[in-house]
Amino acid sequence: MAVAQAKPDATEDRLAVLTLPEGGWSESARADALARVRAMGLPKRRDEYWKYTRPDTLVQPIAPVAASFVNDEVLMFDVVDRLKVVFVDGVFDPVASDDLSMEGVTIERLAEFGGADIHWARDIYGALETRGQDPVLRPLAALNTAFATDGLLINVHGTPSRPICLVYHHGDESSDAILHHVVKVDSGAEVTLLETGPAAARFNKCMELEIADGGTLHHVRTQGRDHERRAATHIFARLGTESVFKTFTLTVNGVLTRNEVVVELTGDDAVAHVAGACVGDGDFHHDDTVFITHDAVNCESRQVFKKVLRNGATGVFQGKILVKDGAQKTDGYQISQSLLLDDDSQFLAKPELEIYADDVACSHGSTSGAIDEEALFYLRSRGVPAGEATDLLTLAFLAEAVEEIENEALAADIVDRLSGWLNRRR
Amino acid sequence: MLEIKNLHVELEEEGKQILKGVDLTVEAGKVHAIMGPNGSGKSTLSYVLSGRDGYEVTDGKATLDGEGLLDMEPEERAAAGLFLAFQYPVEIPGVGNMTFLRTALNAQRKARGEEEMSAADFLKMVRAKAKDLKIDADMLKRPVNVGFSGGEKKRNEILQMAMLEPKMCILDETDSGLDVDAMKLVAQGVNALRDEGRGFLVITHYQRLLDHIKPDVVHIMANGRIVKTGGPELALEVENNGYADILAEVA
Repeated sequence: MAVAQAKPDATEDRLAVLTLPEGGWSESARADALARVRAMGLPKRRDEYWKYTRPDTLVQPIAPVAASFVNDEVLMFDVVDRLKVVFVDGVFDPVASDDLSMEGVTIERLAEFGGADIHWARDIYGALETRGQDPVLRPLAALNTAFATDGLLINVHGTPSRPICLVYHHGDESSDAILHHVVKVDSGAEVTLLETGPAAARFNKCMELEIADGGTLHHVRTQGRDHERRAATHIFARLGTESVFKTFTLTVNGVLTRNEVVVELTGDDAVAHVAGACVGDGDFHHDDTVFITHDAVNCESRQVFKKVLRNGATGVFQGKILVKDGAQKTDGYQISQSLLLDDDSQFLAKPELEIYADDVACSHGSTSGAIDEEALFYLRSRGVPAGEATDLLTLAFLAEAVEEIENEALAADIVDRLSGWLNRRR
Repeated sequence: MLEIKNLHVELEEEGKQILKGVDLTVEAGKVHAIMGPNGSGKSTLSYVLSGRDGYEVTDGKATLDGEGLLDMEPEERAAAGLFLAFQYPVEIPGVGNMTFLRTALNAQRKARGEEEMSAADFLKMVRAKAKDLKIDADMLKRPVNVGFSGGEKKRNEILQMAMLEPKMCILDETDSGLDVDAMKLVAQGVNALRDEGRGFLVITHYQRLLDHIKPDVVHIMANGRIVKTGGPELALEVENNGYADILAEVA
């Protein structure tokens, strides 16, 4: 594996291999983002927020090679009727994709409509990402805003009958994809957004979500089964009054994953649930970095993260709840737990609370543990073989995170994938 | 059915000897009771037979229908027909009681080379057996033993026993933590399972449980050995006079 030098021009080296798209409504946002990348510099090992995850391979000019993992499994989310939008190594595939028209929503491509002079996405593109840079810098997101080659611009104005499913195939072993999606959920509208697949050898993805008063967005994603792929993803969500945002991520394999979720609760009575389950074996590093800001009254936020780690795998959780002055009646909950299946694996957690209001309920917890030997013996004494019993207990450990998914068919699909992963590793 | 010969066991970590030559035979169709003071080795005997970690057998053997138990994994012992009703049933958050029962039942069937039970047949069976033990649908749905009262946990043990239909049942202080009504319910459940082909080993401190589950043979255990064996009247003797007289007598 190539290791990037920690030299001062690492940022310029990276920028040198990228091309800034020109023209259209997004041009100024891109130029602005590029200036911000230059000002802050790409992540370095010594940055506080990169203490537990080495950014080198995410920053180096050329993506490290990653073999595409081919399997004959049924496509994820095949259990539900959905509108499919397919990207191969970050490039839109019109043949494999469904027709993008559906009642209650308009779906357009950034690559096509970024060149127009006016567009609703102009008010959001790069704007939520910029807000999310304070107080923690997220240079890879700014890099994304500047250089994204494509993505979807989704405006939900009704209640589409089917979920929108983004399918990210990875074919080329040196692909380096940058996609940027903007989703605007209008007042009272509701949609389910699914994402699945590894996308590329290296994937930088940014998603900006504006959810208006009374809007609802369900988001479920899985990051594919590729062993060697790397990903840095960002979700920036801004929630209006009585809006709901629920997101769940399943990560199975992947040599390096950094998933950042930044949520701003700006309207009263809004709800944000951010959950994730990951299972890693061996050369696996998974980092969940979450920042939730309560800036309105009576909002609820939940962070539920579960990690199963073995054979030297590493899990990271950096989660913060910031309750601003005046955000009374905040209900904040945060739990991050790891199940370490051997002594070689590690879990690094940094839970943070910062509270400036005096009438709030915030709780947080973080644990690391092994399989409960008592429970294991109990199961075995009833005839369940050790391997099967361990799997049962592992799934039970992950259940609290998976239960955050409201749609039962999707949750069952996730459990199936987790069972499969455990089964293959017995 | 269950044959224990000259069983010597010590605690793996401390090397402390707990069982010092236990000899015991339970015949099919019979109920044997083991009584004895605290620390006599009763629970250790049940754990060693079911295959719990932390004990080392230094001498002797235990067989079930002639098959050596002590070299088997716990799940193999279960599949061979051994069942231990735990003194402290374990709570397993996240695993539904029904899932647990079905997984266990089918794992045992598979190990014995039998067909798995269909979901419909399983449901029918579990509903019927649960009803007898006054276990409602909610208890079946909840995670295994989580939030169960002491009585509910013990009834759940008996339900597992009824579902798995073992050859040899060991009850480890099943009466502990039970009120009179709960004990009667549990005893009824056990009595319903009494059968010519099935043996029981009931471990208890008190004679009370034996009023409801009538034993054929009563053993007194002390200091890692069976020190006296007799009929049901031996349990009454303990109830009236305590262990001191018997221990003095055999010393």
